[in-house]
Amino acid sequence: MIDRRRVVVTGIGVLTPIGNDIESFWSSLMAGISGAGPITRFDPSGMRCQIAAEVKGYHAEEHFERREIRRIDVYSQYFLIAARQAMMDSGLAFLPDDERAARAGVMVGGGFGGMQAFIEEVRVLDTRGPDRVSPIGIPKIIANMAAGLASIEHNLLGPVSCVVTACSASANAIGDAAEIIRRGAADVMLAGGAEAAITDYAIASFGQSRALSTRNNDPTAASRPFDAGRDGFVMGEGSGALVLEERERAIARGARIYAEFGGYGMSADAYHITLPRPGGTGAARAMTAAMADAAIGPADVGYINAHGTSTEANDATETAAIKIALGEHAYRVPVSSTKSMTGHVLGGAGAVEAIASILAMERGRLPPTINYEVPDPECDLDYVPNRPREAKVDWVMSNSFGFGGHNVALVFRRPS
Amino acid sequence: MDRADIESRLRDVLVSELGLDAAKINLEANFEQDLDVDSLGVVELLMAMEDEFGVKIPDEEAEHIHTVGEAVDLVHTKLNG
Repeated sequence: MIDRRRVVVTGIGVLTPIGNDIESFWSSLMAGISGAGPITRFDPSGMRCQIAAEVKGYHAEEHFERREIRRIDVYSQYFLIAARQAMMDSGLAFLPDDERAARAGVMVGGGFGGMQAFIEEVRVLDTRGPDRVSPIGIPKIIANMAAGLASIEHNLLGPVSCVVTACSASANAIGDAAEIIRRGAADVMLAGGAEAAITDYAIASFGQSRALSTRNNDPTAASRPFDAGRDGFVMGEGSGALVLEERERAIARGARIYAEFGGYGMSADAYHITLPRPGGTGAARAMTAAMADAAIGPADVGYINAHGTSTEANDATETAAIKIALGEHAYRVPVSSTKSMTGHVLGGAGAVEAIASILAMERGRLPPTINYEVPDPECDLDYVPNRPREAKVDWVMSNSFGFGGHNVALVFRRPS
Repeated sequence: MDRADIESRLRDVLVSELGLDAAKINLEANFEQDLDVDSLGVVELLMAMEDEFGVKIPDEEAEHIHTVGEAVDLVHTKLNG
Protein backbone atom coordinates (compact mmCIF):
# COMPACT_ATOMS: atom_id res chain seq x y z
CA MET A 1 0.00 0.00 0.00
CA ILE A 2 1.30 3.39 -0.96
CA ASP A 3 1.83 5.61 2.05
CA ARG A 4 -0.49 8.51 1.42
CA ARG A 5 -3.30 10.45 3.02
CA ARG A 6 -6.48 8.40 3.20
CA VAL A 7 -9.94 9.73 2.41
CA VAL A 8 -13.25 8.74 3.99
CA VAL A 9 -16.89 9.56 3.36
CA THR A 10 -18.49 11.32 6.32
CA GLY A 11 -21.69 12.72 4.83
CA ILE A 12 -24.13 11.89 2.04
CA GLY A 13 -27.19 13.48 0.48
CA VAL A 14 -29.44 12.88 -2.52
CA LEU A 15 -32.38 14.28 -4.43
CA THR A 16 -33.63 11.63 -6.86
CA PRO A 17 -36.71 10.52 -8.81
CA ILE A 18 -37.21 7.79 -6.20
CA GLY A 19 -36.55 9.75 -3.03
CA ASN A 20 -35.67 13.26 -1.95
CA ASP A 21 -33.41 12.23 0.91
CA ILE A 22 -31.18 9.31 1.80
CA GLU A 23 -33.73 7.19 3.65
CA SER A 24 -36.52 7.51 1.09
CA PHE A 25 -34.01 6.86 -1.69
CA TRP A 26 -32.80 3.73 0.10
CA SER A 27 -36.34 2.45 0.77
CA SER A 28 -37.19 2.81 -2.91
CA LEU A 29 -34.00 1.02 -3.95
CA MET A 30 -34.85 -1.86 -1.64
CA ALA A 31 -38.50 -1.94 -2.77
CA GLY A 32 -37.55 -1.90 -6.43
CA ILE A 33 -39.58 1.19 -7.22
CA SER A 34 -39.32 2.87 -10.60
CA GLY A 35 -39.27 6.66 -10.68
CA ALA A 36 -40.35 6.82 -14.32
CA GLY A 37 -43.66 8.15 -15.62
CA PRO A 38 -45.18 10.37 -18.28
CA ILE A 39 -43.34 13.68 -18.64
CA THR A 40 -45.08 16.49 -16.74
CA ARG A 41 -42.45 19.24 -17.08
CA PHE A 42 -43.64 20.14 -20.58
CA ASP A 43 -46.05 18.77 -23.15
CA PRO A 44 -44.16 15.99 -24.94
CA SER A 45 -46.89 15.38 -27.52
CA GLY A 46 -45.43 14.42 -30.86
CA MET A 47 -42.04 13.45 -29.43
CA ARG A 48 -40.61 9.97 -29.85
CA CYS A 49 -40.02 9.74 -26.10
CA GLN A 50 -42.71 11.01 -23.73
CA ILE A 51 -41.47 9.53 -20.46
CA ALA A 52 -38.88 10.44 -17.86
CA ALA A 53 -37.97 9.87 -14.23
CA GLU A 54 -38.76 13.23 -12.63
CA VAL A 55 -37.98 14.32 -9.09
CA LYS A 56 -41.32 14.28 -7.23
CA GLY A 57 -42.77 16.83 -4.85
CA TYR A 58 -40.03 19.37 -5.42
CA HIS A 59 -40.99 22.90 -4.44
CA ALA A 60 -38.14 25.34 -4.76
CA GLU A 61 -39.76 27.79 -2.32
CA GLU A 62 -39.36 25.23 0.46
CA HIS A 63 -35.60 25.42 0.03
CA PHE A 64 -34.79 28.88 -1.30
CA GLU A 65 -35.88 32.49 -0.97
CA ARG A 66 -37.76 34.00 -3.88
CA ARG A 67 -34.80 36.03 -5.00
CA GLU A 68 -32.60 32.94 -4.97
CA ILE A 69 -35.07 30.96 -7.07
CA ARG A 70 -34.94 33.66 -9.73
CA ARG A 71 -31.17 33.57 -9.81
CA ILE A 72 -30.37 29.87 -9.46
CA ASP A 73 -31.13 27.34 -12.18
CA VAL A 74 -32.84 24.13 -11.09
CA TYR A 75 -29.57 22.28 -11.79
CA SER A 76 -27.76 24.25 -9.11
CA GLN A 77 -30.78 24.15 -6.79
CA TYR A 78 -30.69 20.37 -6.97
CA PHE A 79 -26.99 20.23 -6.15
CA LEU A 80 -27.35 22.65 -3.24
CA ILE A 81 -30.09 20.51 -1.70
CA ALA A 82 -28.04 17.31 -1.78
CA ALA A 83 -25.05 19.31 -0.57
CA ARG A 84 -26.97 20.64 2.44
CA GLN A 85 -28.01 17.13 3.37
CA ALA A 86 -24.44 15.87 3.09
CA MET A 87 -22.96 18.77 5.05
CA MET A 88 -25.56 18.43 7.81
CA ASP A 89 -25.00 14.68 7.87
CA SER A 90 -21.25 15.14 8.24
CA GLY A 91 -21.59 17.61 11.09
CA LEU A 92 -19.57 20.16 9.12
CA ALA A 93 -22.50 22.28 7.95
CA PHE A 94 -21.22 25.35 9.69
CA LEU A 95 -17.53 25.93 9.34
CA PRO A 96 -17.06 28.82 11.72
CA ASP A 97 -13.49 29.89 11.26
CA ASP A 98 -11.76 30.80 8.06
CA GLU A 99 -8.71 28.71 8.78
CA ARG A 100 -10.74 25.54 8.72
CA ALA A 101 -12.87 26.72 5.81
CA ALA A 102 -9.74 27.36 3.77
CA ARG A 103 -8.96 23.66 4.00
CA ALA A 104 -12.39 22.77 2.60
CA GLY A 105 -13.55 22.89 -1.00
CA VAL A 106 -16.15 21.65 -3.42
CA MET A 107 -16.03 19.75 -6.69
CA VAL A 108 -19.20 19.45 -8.77
CA GLY A 109 -19.95 17.45 -11.88
CA GLY A 110 -22.71 18.24 -14.34
CA GLY A 111 -23.45 17.17 -17.88
CA PHE A 112 -24.90 20.44 -19.09
CA GLY A 113 -25.24 23.03 -16.36
CA GLY A 114 -28.30 25.26 -16.32
CA MET A 115 -29.99 23.92 -19.41
CA GLN A 116 -33.45 25.17 -18.45
CA ALA A 117 -32.19 28.73 -18.11
CA PHE A 118 -30.29 28.44 -21.38
CA ILE A 119 -33.40 27.36 -23.27
CA GLU A 120 -35.58 30.04 -21.67
CA GLU A 121 -33.07 32.80 -22.37
CA VAL A 122 -32.55 31.84 -26.00
CA ARG A 123 -36.32 31.85 -26.47
CA VAL A 124 -36.45 35.36 -25.01
CA LEU A 125 -33.66 36.43 -27.36
CA ASP A 126 -35.49 35.05 -30.37
CA THR A 127 -38.96 36.31 -29.51
CA ARG A 128 -38.33 39.57 -27.65
CA GLY A 129 -34.82 40.62 -28.67
CA PRO A 130 -31.46 41.20 -27.01
CA ASP A 131 -32.72 43.97 -24.71
CA ARG A 132 -35.04 41.53 -22.95
CA VAL A 133 -32.37 38.91 -22.18
CA SER A 134 -31.72 38.61 -18.46
CA PRO A 135 -28.43 39.69 -16.90
CA ILE A 136 -28.81 36.66 -14.63
CA GLY A 137 -28.88 34.27 -17.59
CA ILE A 138 -25.19 33.49 -17.89
CA PRO A 139 -24.63 32.99 -14.13
CA LYS A 140 -27.60 30.61 -14.14
CA ILE A 141 -26.38 28.66 -17.15
CA ILE A 142 -22.72 28.04 -16.41
CA ALA A 143 -22.19 24.54 -15.01
CA ASN A 144 -19.64 25.59 -12.40
CA MET A 145 -22.16 27.87 -10.67
CA ALA A 146 -23.34 24.93 -8.57
CA ALA A 147 -19.84 24.78 -7.09
CA GLY A 148 -19.65 28.54 -6.66
CA LEU A 149 -23.02 28.66 -4.89
CA ALA A 150 -22.09 25.76 -2.59
CA SER A 151 -18.86 27.53 -1.66
CA ILE A 152 -20.83 30.67 -0.83
CA GLU A 153 -23.45 28.81 1.20
CA HIS A 154 -21.02 26.71 3.22
CA ASN A 155 -18.07 29.11 3.29
CA LEU A 156 -15.75 26.70 1.50
CA LEU A 157 -12.62 28.71 0.75
CA GLY A 158 -10.33 26.02 -0.62
CA PRO A 159 -10.26 24.28 -4.02
CA VAL A 160 -13.57 24.87 -5.82
CA SER A 161 -14.09 23.53 -9.30
CA CYS A 162 -16.35 21.72 -11.73
CA VAL A 163 -16.09 18.79 -14.10
CA VAL A 164 -18.18 18.55 -17.27
CA THR A 165 -17.81 15.05 -18.69
CA ALA A 166 -21.40 14.18 -19.59
CA CYS A 167 -22.67 11.13 -17.73
CA SER A 168 -19.40 10.47 -15.92
CA ALA A 169 -19.15 14.04 -14.57
CA SER A 170 -19.99 13.52 -10.93
CA ALA A 171 -17.94 10.33 -10.73
CA ASN A 172 -15.02 12.39 -11.98
CA ALA A 173 -15.88 15.06 -9.42
CA ILE A 174 -15.71 12.55 -6.56
CA GLY A 175 -12.46 11.05 -7.81
CA ASP A 176 -10.88 14.45 -8.40
CA ALA A 177 -11.99 15.65 -4.96
CA ALA A 178 -10.47 12.60 -3.31
CA GLU A 179 -7.21 13.25 -5.15
CA ILE A 180 -7.17 16.83 -3.87
CA ILE A 181 -7.38 15.54 -0.29
CA ARG A 182 -4.83 12.80 -0.93
CA ARG A 183 -2.27 15.29 -2.18
CA GLY A 184 -2.85 17.54 0.78
CA ALA A 185 -4.47 20.53 -0.95
CA ALA A 186 -7.58 20.24 1.24
CA ASP A 187 -8.86 18.24 4.21
CA VAL A 188 -12.55 18.31 3.36
CA MET A 189 -14.19 18.26 -0.06
CA LEU A 190 -17.88 18.44 -0.81
CA ALA A 191 -18.19 16.39 -4.00
CA GLY A 192 -20.97 15.26 -6.28
CA GLY A 193 -23.12 16.47 -9.09
CA ALA A 194 -26.51 17.18 -10.49
CA GLU A 195 -28.63 17.35 -13.59
CA ALA A 196 -31.95 19.00 -14.36
CA ALA A 197 -32.37 18.50 -18.07
CA ILE A 198 -35.85 17.08 -18.52
CA THR A 199 -36.54 19.78 -21.09
CA ASP A 200 -38.24 19.68 -24.46
CA TYR A 201 -34.92 20.33 -26.14
CA ALA A 202 -32.99 17.53 -24.42
CA ILE A 203 -35.77 14.98 -24.80
CA ALA A 204 -36.07 15.90 -28.48
CA SER A 205 -32.35 15.73 -29.16
CA PHE A 206 -31.67 12.53 -27.20
CA GLY A 207 -34.78 11.12 -28.89
CA GLN A 208 -33.40 11.97 -32.32
CA SER A 209 -30.18 10.16 -31.44
CA ARG A 210 -32.33 7.10 -30.63
CA ALA A 211 -30.81 6.96 -27.15
CA LEU A 212 -34.10 7.13 -25.22
CA SER A 213 -36.59 4.40 -24.53
CA THR A 214 -39.85 4.87 -26.41
CA ARG A 215 -41.81 2.51 -24.19
CA ASN A 216 -44.23 5.38 -23.64
CA ASN A 217 -47.18 3.18 -22.71
CA ASP A 218 -45.31 1.42 -19.90
CA PRO A 219 -42.92 3.93 -18.30
CA THR A 220 -42.04 2.00 -15.16
CA ALA A 221 -40.86 -0.93 -17.30
CA ALA A 222 -38.91 1.27 -19.72
CA SER A 223 -35.55 1.34 -17.93
CA ARG A 224 -34.54 -2.32 -18.10
CA PRO A 225 -30.76 -2.57 -18.06
CA PHE A 226 -29.23 -5.80 -19.34
CA ASP A 227 -32.67 -7.16 -20.31
CA ALA A 228 -33.00 -8.36 -23.91
CA GLY A 229 -35.97 -6.04 -24.42
CA ARG A 230 -34.14 -2.81 -23.51
CA ASP A 231 -34.61 -0.01 -26.00
CA GLY A 232 -32.85 3.01 -24.56
CA PHE A 233 -32.42 4.99 -21.38
CA VAL A 234 -35.02 6.88 -19.39
CA MET A 235 -33.94 10.42 -18.61
CA GLY A 236 -33.70 11.09 -14.90
CA GLU A 237 -32.76 14.17 -12.91
CA GLY A 238 -31.55 15.01 -9.45
CA SER A 239 -28.36 15.18 -7.49
CA GLY A 240 -25.99 13.47 -5.11
CA ALA A 241 -23.38 14.90 -2.77
CA LEU A 242 -20.74 13.38 -0.52
CA VAL A 243 -18.50 14.90 2.09
CA LEU A 244 -15.03 13.50 1.64
CA GLU A 245 -12.64 14.01 4.50
CA GLU A 246 -9.06 13.18 5.37
CA ARG A 247 -9.28 10.04 7.48
CA GLU A 248 -7.23 11.05 10.53
CA ARG A 249 -9.17 14.26 10.86
CA ALA A 250 -12.50 12.44 10.58
CA ILE A 251 -11.47 9.91 13.22
CA ALA A 252 -10.16 12.64 15.52
CA ARG A 253 -13.45 14.49 15.51
CA GLY A 254 -15.45 11.29 15.97
CA ALA A 255 -17.24 11.55 12.62
CA ARG A 256 -19.52 8.83 11.35
CA ILE A 257 -17.58 7.13 8.57
CA TYR A 258 -19.69 5.52 5.84
CA ALA A 259 -16.85 4.23 3.72
CA GLU A 260 -13.27 4.78 2.78
CA PHE A 261 -12.44 6.05 -0.67
CA GLY A 262 -10.54 3.20 -2.31
CA GLY A 263 -9.59 4.07 -5.85
CA TYR A 264 -10.22 6.10 -8.95
CA GLY A 265 -9.74 4.94 -12.51
CA MET A 266 -10.22 6.91 -15.70
CA SER A 267 -9.79 6.12 -19.35
CA ALA A 268 -10.95 7.26 -22.76
CA ASP A 269 -12.46 5.19 -25.53
CA ALA A 270 -10.96 7.49 -28.20
CA TYR A 271 -13.46 5.98 -30.57
CA HIS A 272 -16.76 7.80 -31.22
CA ILE A 273 -18.72 10.81 -29.97
CA THR A 274 -21.54 8.76 -28.45
CA LEU A 275 -20.94 5.04 -28.95
CA PRO A 276 -18.74 3.00 -26.61
CA ARG A 277 -15.73 1.28 -28.11
CA PRO A 278 -16.94 -2.22 -29.05
CA GLY A 279 -15.50 -4.94 -26.88
CA GLY A 280 -15.37 -2.73 -23.79
CA THR A 281 -11.60 -2.35 -23.61
CA GLY A 282 -11.87 1.34 -22.74
CA ALA A 283 -14.24 0.86 -19.82
CA ALA A 284 -12.22 -2.15 -18.67
CA ARG A 285 -9.09 0.00 -18.37
CA ALA A 286 -10.90 2.43 -16.07
CA MET A 287 -12.00 -0.45 -13.82
CA THR A 288 -8.52 -1.98 -13.82
CA ALA A 289 -7.01 1.40 -12.99
CA ALA A 290 -9.44 1.90 -10.09
CA MET A 291 -8.58 -1.53 -8.65
CA ALA A 292 -4.86 -0.78 -9.02
CA ASP A 293 -5.33 2.56 -7.28
CA ALA A 294 -7.13 0.75 -4.45
CA ALA A 295 -4.42 -1.95 -4.43
CA ILE A 296 -6.98 -4.73 -4.76
CA GLY A 297 -7.58 -7.54 -7.22
CA PRO A 298 -10.75 -8.67 -9.00
CA ALA A 299 -11.59 -11.20 -6.27
CA ASP A 300 -11.85 -8.38 -3.71
CA VAL A 301 -14.67 -6.63 -5.56
CA GLY A 302 -17.92 -7.60 -3.86
CA TYR A 303 -20.43 -5.51 -5.82
CA ILE A 304 -20.48 -3.40 -8.94
CA ASN A 305 -22.99 -0.62 -9.44
CA ALA A 306 -22.99 -0.63 -13.22
CA HIS A 307 -23.39 2.32 -15.52
CA GLY A 308 -26.16 0.10 -16.95
CA THR A 309 -28.11 2.67 -18.93
CA SER A 310 -30.58 0.29 -20.61
CA THR A 311 -29.25 1.15 -24.06
CA GLU A 312 -28.42 -1.63 -26.46
CA ALA A 313 -24.82 -0.51 -26.79
CA ASN A 314 -23.89 0.31 -23.21
CA ASP A 315 -25.12 -2.76 -21.42
CA ALA A 316 -23.51 -5.30 -23.74
CA THR A 317 -20.25 -3.35 -23.88
CA GLU A 318 -20.13 -2.82 -20.13
CA THR A 319 -20.71 -6.53 -19.58
CA ALA A 320 -17.75 -7.27 -21.86
CA ALA A 321 -15.68 -4.67 -20.01
CA ILE A 322 -16.42 -6.21 -16.61
CA LYS A 323 -15.28 -9.58 -17.95
CA ILE A 324 -12.02 -8.10 -19.22
CA ALA A 325 -11.34 -6.26 -15.96
CA LEU A 326 -12.38 -9.00 -13.55
CA GLY A 327 -11.69 -12.13 -15.56
CA GLU A 328 -13.43 -15.25 -14.28
CA HIS A 329 -14.45 -13.40 -11.14
CA ALA A 330 -16.85 -11.36 -13.29
CA TYR A 331 -19.36 -14.22 -13.13
CA ARG A 332 -19.25 -14.27 -9.31
CA VAL A 333 -19.68 -10.53 -8.69
CA PRO A 334 -23.20 -9.16 -8.25
CA VAL A 335 -23.68 -6.33 -10.75
CA SER A 336 -26.76 -4.14 -10.67
CA SER A 337 -28.00 -1.00 -12.34
CA THR A 338 -29.92 1.34 -10.08
CA LYS A 339 -30.78 3.32 -13.22
CA SER A 340 -33.51 0.72 -13.61
CA MET A 341 -35.19 2.67 -10.79
CA THR A 342 -33.77 6.21 -10.86
CA GLY A 343 -33.56 6.59 -14.61
CA HIS A 344 -30.37 8.14 -15.91
CA VAL A 345 -29.43 11.16 -13.83
CA LEU A 346 -26.73 11.98 -16.42
CA GLY A 347 -24.15 14.27 -14.83
CA GLY A 348 -25.53 13.50 -11.38
CA ALA A 349 -25.59 9.74 -11.89
CA GLY A 350 -22.05 9.06 -10.70
CA ALA A 351 -22.74 10.65 -7.32
CA VAL A 352 -26.17 9.08 -6.85
CA GLU A 353 -24.73 5.67 -7.69
CA ALA A 354 -21.61 6.06 -5.58
CA ILE A 355 -23.98 6.71 -2.67
CA ALA A 356 -26.12 3.67 -3.59
CA SER A 357 -22.93 1.58 -3.60
CA ILE A 358 -21.77 2.90 -0.24
CA LEU A 359 -25.16 2.30 1.35
CA ALA A 360 -25.26 -1.24 -0.09
CA MET A 361 -21.91 -1.97 1.56
CA GLU A 362 -22.82 -0.28 4.83
CA ARG A 363 -26.21 -1.95 5.14
CA GLY A 364 -25.35 -5.32 3.66
CA ARG A 365 -28.08 -5.27 1.03
CA LEU A 366 -27.51 -4.94 -2.69
CA PRO A 367 -30.03 -2.95 -4.74
CA PRO A 368 -31.55 -4.91 -7.62
CA THR A 369 -31.80 -4.36 -11.36
CA ILE A 370 -35.55 -4.13 -11.80
CA ASN A 371 -37.45 -4.99 -14.99
CA TYR A 372 -35.01 -7.80 -15.66
CA GLU A 373 -37.08 -10.48 -17.45
CA VAL A 374 -35.48 -11.83 -20.60
CA PRO A 375 -31.76 -12.62 -20.60
CA ASP A 376 -29.64 -11.24 -23.42
CA PRO A 377 -26.87 -13.64 -24.53
CA GLU A 378 -24.51 -10.67 -24.59
CA CYS A 379 -25.35 -9.80 -20.99
CA ASP A 380 -24.66 -12.93 -18.99
CA LEU A 381 -23.55 -11.76 -15.55
CA ASP A 382 -25.38 -11.79 -12.21
CA TYR A 383 -27.45 -8.60 -12.37
CA VAL A 384 -29.23 -9.04 -9.00
CA PRO A 385 -32.54 -9.34 -10.85
CA ASN A 386 -35.63 -7.66 -9.45
CA ARG A 387 -35.06 -8.18 -5.73
CA PRO A 388 -32.46 -6.83 -3.33
CA ARG A 389 -29.97 -9.32 -1.95
CA GLU A 390 -28.34 -9.71 1.44
CA ALA A 391 -24.58 -9.67 1.04
CA LYS A 392 -21.61 -8.70 3.16
CA VAL A 393 -19.16 -6.94 0.87
CA ASP A 394 -15.96 -5.13 1.73
CA TRP A 395 -15.24 -3.40 -1.59
CA VAL A 396 -17.66 -1.89 -4.06
CA MET A 397 -17.14 -0.39 -7.50
CA SER A 398 -19.28 2.18 -9.28
CA ASN A 399 -18.98 2.69 -13.04
CA SER A 400 -19.86 5.82 -14.97
CA PHE A 401 -19.33 6.43 -18.67
CA GLY A 402 -20.01 9.54 -20.69
CA PHE A 403 -20.58 10.70 -24.26
CA GLY A 404 -17.20 11.65 -25.63
CA GLY A 405 -15.77 8.31 -24.53
CA HIS A 406 -15.15 9.08 -20.86
CA ASN A 407 -14.87 6.04 -18.59
CA VAL A 408 -14.69 6.36 -14.81
CA ALA A 409 -14.65 3.73 -12.09
CA LEU A 410 -14.69 4.50 -8.37
CA VAL A 411 -13.88 2.00 -5.62
CA PHE A 412 -14.95 2.31 -1.99
CA ARG A 413 -14.17 0.03 0.94
CA ARG A 414 -15.77 -0.76 4.23
CA PRO A 415 -14.20 1.52 6.85
CA SER A 416 -11.49 -0.26 8.81
CA MET B 1 -51.16 57.70 -14.48
CA ASP B 2 -50.40 59.56 -11.30
CA ARG B 3 -47.49 59.06 -8.92
CA ALA B 4 -49.52 56.95 -6.54
CA ASP B 5 -50.52 54.56 -9.33
CA ILE B 6 -46.93 54.31 -10.51
CA GLU B 7 -45.65 53.70 -7.00
CA SER B 8 -48.25 51.02 -6.41
CA ARG B 9 -47.47 49.19 -9.65
CA LEU B 10 -43.72 49.55 -9.17
CA ARG B 11 -44.04 48.12 -5.69
CA ASP B 12 -45.87 45.08 -7.08
CA VAL B 13 -43.19 44.58 -9.73
CA LEU B 14 -40.37 44.86 -7.20
CA VAL B 15 -41.97 42.17 -5.08
CA SER B 16 -43.21 39.82 -7.80
CA GLU B 17 -40.47 40.20 -10.41
CA LEU B 18 -37.39 41.01 -8.35
CA GLY B 19 -38.42 39.18 -5.19
CA LEU B 20 -37.70 42.18 -2.95
CA ASP B 21 -38.96 42.42 0.61
CA ALA B 22 -42.27 44.33 0.49
CA ALA B 23 -41.84 45.60 4.05
CA LYS B 24 -38.67 47.48 3.14
CA ILE B 25 -40.03 49.25 0.07
CA ASN B 26 -40.78 52.96 0.46
CA LEU B 27 -40.05 56.04 -1.62
CA GLU B 28 -36.84 56.82 0.27
CA ALA B 29 -35.48 53.27 0.06
CA ASN B 30 -32.15 53.05 -1.75
CA PHE B 31 -32.06 50.04 -4.08
CA GLU B 32 -28.48 49.02 -3.36
CA GLN B 33 -28.20 49.99 0.29
CA ASP B 34 -31.67 49.31 1.64
CA LEU B 35 -33.10 46.72 -0.73
CA ASP B 36 -29.94 44.70 -1.38
CA VAL B 37 -30.16 45.08 -5.17
CA ASP B 38 -26.76 44.33 -6.73
CA SER B 39 -25.45 45.44 -10.14
CA LEU B 40 -27.22 42.57 -11.91
CA GLY B 41 -30.37 43.37 -10.00
CA VAL B 42 -30.26 46.96 -11.19
CA VAL B 43 -30.41 45.74 -14.79
CA GLU B 44 -33.33 43.48 -13.88
CA LEU B 45 -35.03 46.43 -12.22
CA LEU B 46 -34.72 48.58 -15.35
CA MET B 47 -36.04 45.79 -17.56
CA ALA B 48 -38.97 45.22 -15.22
CA MET B 49 -39.78 48.93 -15.24
CA GLU B 50 -39.62 49.07 -19.03
CA ASP B 51 -41.93 46.06 -19.32
CA GLU B 52 -44.39 47.26 -16.71
CA PHE B 53 -44.75 50.83 -17.93
CA GLY B 54 -43.94 50.47 -21.62
CA VAL B 55 -41.11 52.98 -21.48
CA LYS B 56 -37.47 52.94 -22.61
CA ILE B 57 -34.83 53.81 -20.03
CA PRO B 58 -31.40 54.47 -21.61
CA ASP B 59 -28.32 53.76 -19.49
CA GLU B 60 -27.55 57.47 -19.04
CA GLU B 61 -30.96 58.02 -17.45
CA ALA B 62 -30.74 54.81 -15.45
CA GLU B 63 -27.59 56.07 -13.72
CA HIS B 64 -29.67 58.62 -11.83
CA ILE B 65 -32.02 56.09 -10.26
CA HIS B 66 -30.90 55.24 -6.74
CA THR B 67 -34.14 55.21 -4.77
CA VAL B 68 -37.67 53.98 -5.28
CA GLY B 69 -38.84 57.61 -5.36
CA GLU B 70 -36.41 58.46 -8.17
CA ALA B 71 -37.69 55.48 -10.14
CA VAL B 72 -41.26 56.67 -9.69
CA ASP B 73 -40.28 60.18 -10.78
CA LEU B 74 -38.54 58.95 -13.90
CA VAL B 75 -41.52 56.87 -14.98
CA HIS B 76 -43.88 59.74 -14.20
CA THR B 77 -41.84 62.15 -16.31
CA LYS B 78 -41.69 59.68 -19.21
CA LEU B 79 -45.41 58.96 -19.15
CA ASN B 80 -46.58 62.51 -18.62
CA GLY B 81 -43.92 64.39 -20.53
